[in-house]
Amino acid sequence: MKILLVAEYRQGKLLDNYTELLAFAGIMGAESVMFTVAEAAGALPNFDGRLYLAEVSQAGEYNPETHRQLLLDVVEMEQPEMIVLSHSSYGWDLAPRLAVALRAAQISEVVAVEDGQLVASMCNGKLRRTLKSRGKITVVTTQAGAFSPTDAATGAPTVIPVGGAASGKVKLLGYETAKPGGVDLARAEVIVSAGRGVGKPENVAMVANLAKALGGEYGASRPVVDSLWVEHNRQVGTTGHTVAPKLYIACGISGAVQHLAGMKKSEFVVAINTDRDAPIGDVADVFAVADLKQLLPILTEKLQAL
Amino acid sequence: MKLLVCIKQVPDMESKFKIGTDGWYDREGLAWRMNEYDEYGVEQAVQLKEQTGADLTVLCLGPEQVKETMKKALAMGCDRGVHIADDQSHLKDPYEIASIIAEFARDKNFDLIFTGMQSQDRASAQVGVMVAELMGLPAVTTIVGFAYADGKVTVKRELEGGVKATVEVAPPVLVTCQLGLNTPRYPTLPNIMKAKKKELLSIPAADLHKASGLQETAKIEFPAKKGGGVFLEGEVSTIADRLIGILKEKTAVLA
Ligand SMILES: Cc1cc2nc3c(=O)[nH]c(=O)nc-3n(C[C@H](O)[C@H](O)[C@H](O)COP(=O)(O)OP(=O)(O)OC[C@H]3O[C@@H](n4cnc5c(N)ncnc54)[C@H](O)[C@@H]3O)c2cc1C
Ligand SMILES: Nc1ncnc2c1ncn2[C@@H]1O[C@H](COP(=O)(O)O)[C@@H](O)[C@H]1O
Repeated sequence: MKILLVAEYRQGKLLDNYTELLAFAGIMGAESVMFTVAEAAGALPNFDGRLYLAEVSQAGEYNPETHRQLLLDVVEMEQPEMIVLSHSSYGWDLAPRLAVALRAAQISEVVAVEDGQLVASMCNGKLRRTLKSRGKITVVTTQAGAFSPTDAATGAPTVIPVGGAASGKVKLLGYETAKPGGVDLARAEVIVSAGRGVGKPENVAMVANLAKALGGEYGASRPVVDSLWVEHNRQVGTTGHTVAPKLYIACGISGAVQHLAGMKKSEFVVAINTDRDAPIGDVADVFAVADLKQLLPILTEKLQAL
Repeated sequence: MKLLVCIKQVPDMESKFKIGTDGWYDREGLAWRMNEYDEYGVEQAVQLKEQTGADLTVLCLGPEQVKETMKKALAMGCDRGVHIADDQSHLKDPYEIASIIAEFARDKNFDLIFTGMQSQDRASAQVGVMVAELMGLPAVTTIVGFAYADGKVTVKRELEGGVKATVEVAPPVLVTCQLGLNTPRYPTLPNIMKAKKKELLSIPAADLHKASGLQETAKIEFPAKKGGGVFLEGEVSTIADRLIGILKEKTAVLA
């Protein structure tokens, strides 16, 4: 089998998630070729194979219509059976465009390969599905972190330049980066995080009080931040902070993959949740099946009395 | 201006799921709601309608029961509903769903189409972009900021690592909405009453269904339980004592 891997380039840099794509191709036992829009004179993927490269100065960093066309040209030349992208803001944007153009099935956010078949999770990780493509060619996006490279990637690609000027209808005007500031979650040894299960903004105080009693900081899941109950610099997850404290207590947090990505390296994890089946259980050392509104005040009181 | 917002009805993710017999989860006995991502789409569409006086249609493909969720969108401010009736929509793949929506929307001259970035149950993040591709429209995914002025749409795309990209595009365009794009409103009682009188058209999916699916579910199952952590249940005071005991024993944080 031949797989076409799509490496990403953003803000002048090649992103290193291409190594996860290589790991995926390794599991599939496939021959890989690669495509990227990058700078030929810049850093290239560590990869022994053909790399189809379009110059970013011409094709643009975000120009899905142009990138789609460049990729379709490569597909024409290489006739791969699979096209694999990361399930990232670049990958989930581009993949369906390829799928439609090729009338190919897209299998999104693959978390595992079992007996050569692709597995994806559903319902916030509570269920999983094995999916089968009906066509000759399949577009795949892989979940961030699901396929970790075992060895460091090595090698130098054979670069095959491909061309095409940006001609799409969307125009990238620029980037903005969140200002760091305020708390430094990365340094806290204990983090107690508030999830949507806190119910209302006033209850965030219960979480903050427990954090204080443990000499730590409080964090939050995304919905709590989106609701403006907690400021963004306390968000844990793929679009927030990655943390690895000695103790992480998740209060009313279901354990969506994007949250887990930010905290699963914590040394010891406690979940407080009314739903015994919540996927946070996958990473929890202790799972307290309880209403946080009842448990947190008592727990805090007892800790203060120690 | 003409606007379309696509919404999906999904089960509450706190539900206790059971494996169904038809290659999907069992749909009996679940609590249903609007896909969270689509709430942001509806809110943004309603805000744009309020800004420009545009006409706003909400579309949902699914069985009869999805009308309940559509009524919420109407109460939030959509002008009319188009229900594409399909008892089997859960077994259609994203390409089929997108083809049906595109078939409906093709000759309607929508200036803006809003979808969620993904549905909570399937989480494929495909339908929106596929609708746009099938209609030959530009699409911008994962937006967390939206502005319309001088005939142009300026959106912020959320990327990884706290980075956002500002993108400009002229309508007609499709955008897929990410969590936090805005603050979805709660329908007020008067608006819920008004919504009952709004037009809710039903079209059989078969009338629009021209593509066949490209993939199938081979198996659906519960993930193997990982972790093997300790469960603490019962009276909260006892849970608190046991938890403190475990923290003393297993971590250094209470030292
Ligand atoms: C591209 C992308 C990026 C994302 N980035 C992030 C990110 O960085 N961080 C992040 O957190 N999410 C992120 N998300 C969102 C993520 O998918 C989930 O939607 C989110 O993590 C859910 O937050 P939650 O667990 O607090 O809420 P929910 O999933 O709604 O869970 C609430 C939990 O609270 C429990 N509960 C309810 N009441 C109580 C009670 N009284 N006591 C105890 N428990 C209770 C429920 O059983 C449930 O498990 C991202 C999503 C996408 C698509
Ligand atoms: N059955 C449906 N009816 C209407 N819109 C849908 C349907 N399924 C998906 N969508 C839209 O497409 C988006 C992405 O869905 P998905 O590709 O399933 O993750 C959703 O957020 C909805 O806006």
